[in-house]
Amino acid sequence: MADVKIKGLYKRYGSFEAVRGIDLDIPDGEFTVLVGPSGCGKSTLLRTIAGLEEISGGEIAIGGEVVNDMRPRDRDVAMVFQDYALYPHMTVRNNIGFGLKARKMPQPEIDSRVDAAATMLGITALMDRLPRQISGGQRQRVAIGRAVVRNPRLFLFDEPLSNLDAQLRDEMRGEIKRLHRDISTTMIYVTHDQIEAMTLADRIVLMRDGVIEQEGAPLDLFERPATTFVAGFLGSPKMTFLSGRMVRVEGAVTIALDDGPRLPLPEGRIPDVADGRAVILGVRPEHISRATGPAAAPGSARLDAVIEFLQPTGSRTYATFRLGRAQVMAEFEAHDTGRPGETVPLDLNLSRASMFDAATQRAI
Amino acid sequence: MASWVRPRRIPIVRIVVIALFLAFVLAPLYWVAITSIKPSDDYLAVPPVWFPDAPTMVHYEAALFAYRGLQGLINSIIISISATILSVSVGTLMAYSLARFNTGGQHLSFWVLSQRFLPPIAIILPLFLNYRLVGLQDTHVGMIVAYTVFTLPVSVWMMFAYFRQMPRSLEEAALVDGCTRWGALWSVAMPLAAPGIVAAAVFTFIACWTEFFFALVLTSRNAFTLPTVFRAFLSFQGAQYGEASALAIVSLVPSIILGVLVQKHLVRGLTLGAVRG
Repeated sequence: MADVKIKGLYKRYGSFEAVRGIDLDIPDGEFTVLVGPSGCGKSTLLRTIAGLEEISGGEIAIGGEVVNDMRPRDRDVAMVFQDYALYPHMTVRNNIGFGLKARKMPQPEIDSRVDAAATMLGITALMDRLPRQISGGQRQRVAIGRAVVRNPRLFLFDEPLSNLDAQLRDEMRGEIKRLHRDISTTMIYVTHDQIEAMTLADRIVLMRDGVIEQEGAPLDLFERPATTFVAGFLGSPKMTFLSGRMVRVEGAVTIALDDGPRLPLPEGRIPDVADGRAVILGVRPEHISRATGPAAAPGSARLDAVIEFLQPTGSRTYATFRLGRAQVMAEFEAHDTGRPGETVPLDLNLSRASMFDAATQRAI
Repeated sequence: MASWVRPRRIPIVRIVVIALFLAFVLAPLYWVAITSIKPSDDYLAVPPVWFPDAPTMVHYEAALFAYRGLQGLINSIIISISATILSVSVGTLMAYSLARFNTGGQHLSFWVLSQRFLPPIAIILPLFLNYRLVGLQDTHVGMIVAYTVFTLPVSVWMMFAYFRQMPRSLEEAALVDGCTRWGALWSVAMPLAAPGIVAAAVFTFIACWTEFFFALVLTSRNAFTLPTVFRAFLSFQGAQYGEASALAIVSLVPSIILGVLVQKHLVRGLTLGAVRG
């Protein structure tokens, strides 16, 4: 059990800066997910915490102890790798027990801890097999077992599920969540998958180009993204960005979409920007619903739009409309959709939609 | 049912190519083997003698004792095995360093290989003079050092290629699990590199075993190797076909034993299944 404090961390490869001045406090027991597009520095950050990469500047402290120059073996962390990294020449039992043996633990204790971990992960039947004789999902369990058995103060996961097929990934995601609930050790988890980030994290740290773009609870990032990048990264289907201008008409504040309708902004959602300023309205599919009542609900704007096409998923149906120059996606109940070409009234919930300054791409 | 089966065609081309290849490889070998037990009169008899009426072992006795073939055999075994062990162990460590720590930047690894671009004859004279100066001429140590240096580039490159295709994450997992660098190398990287090490060792051994030129220049009466014995069979008295053949057969034996011993270790693919599905 330990917290992790990172101050002004830099990692350079020659002239390339993979991590550029990261400050991050991870409290004891928290499940933190580092997420971002490939090349954003999230894996590098994780590897510096593990001690597999030397840092170029700054400080990393685990459990109050600065570990900058400490070897990986002395940091008391466990890591699960993307490719599992099981030792191919050892049985599952020896793979799981390897770390304990390397630390000179007595064999009877190794055996009992390995058996306990195997029982917990449901892999007792595989103990005498070699890694190549078991399936991808089983290998991932063994890799997790190898980490759990050491009872480290910190778990590091480097995209552990990205080599699994979709169904196994869902299953293992649940297992990792359960694992954290059961042992409640601090965990840092790297992924590029925003669904994994949203579902697993106590806190998401969203990275871009070696810096933290935004950090916070998953729903905070989802509902109140600080930048268009965060807004576009989280959520599936993606948020639609509509460009327009602030226009004040007779006391009411509206956003005039380029070549599109004017949307009156509700009270309490009026940003403090100059008239005529270029803005971006960020709309998620769930912010648009099919209008039912005679007038728009409070905080919403009513408009008519033509359905371009539909994408039913079974439980929900995504309908694509044209609004001004942009395409907008709306999420409907599966049965209440209309047909392509049909004009339907929509309610756009502006009190939930995001607004960004077009020049800075930051939320307003 | 049977009518669906396409009639099997005889792969004529394949058979002809294999037959030609076997004839090319086996015919001289057969001739050498048979000559080694022929009485001298039968060497060049017309028509050729395919199997002698009175096989004899006298050529073996002469080759091994009168011509000191046995001493050459022992020298060759000592020198080749020592040089192989040295070359492969130093080469493996160097290759690991090149592959994992990028030692010497991007040029050192290529520079190592470039040592083989030089024709050995270009360095044989200076080597001979230096050896005479420091007293390594005609010694086992001198030959072992020369062969180690001579074969090092190839063993480094074979192992370099091997380590480079081995996923780093295996050793990283070992480091995080509690190993030192040496521990990770010893308990994870080395066992996985075993097939590569065996292949490099076989390659190095054969190179040392068959080397003639260095041995000819750097040795005389003491540390001479098996290949240099052969030149004694071509003398003013004529060619000693029987003795040459006998020694050729003797020189094949260690290579064959080695081949049989390591055959199963040469199977690659131990790392398959280590990663991914």
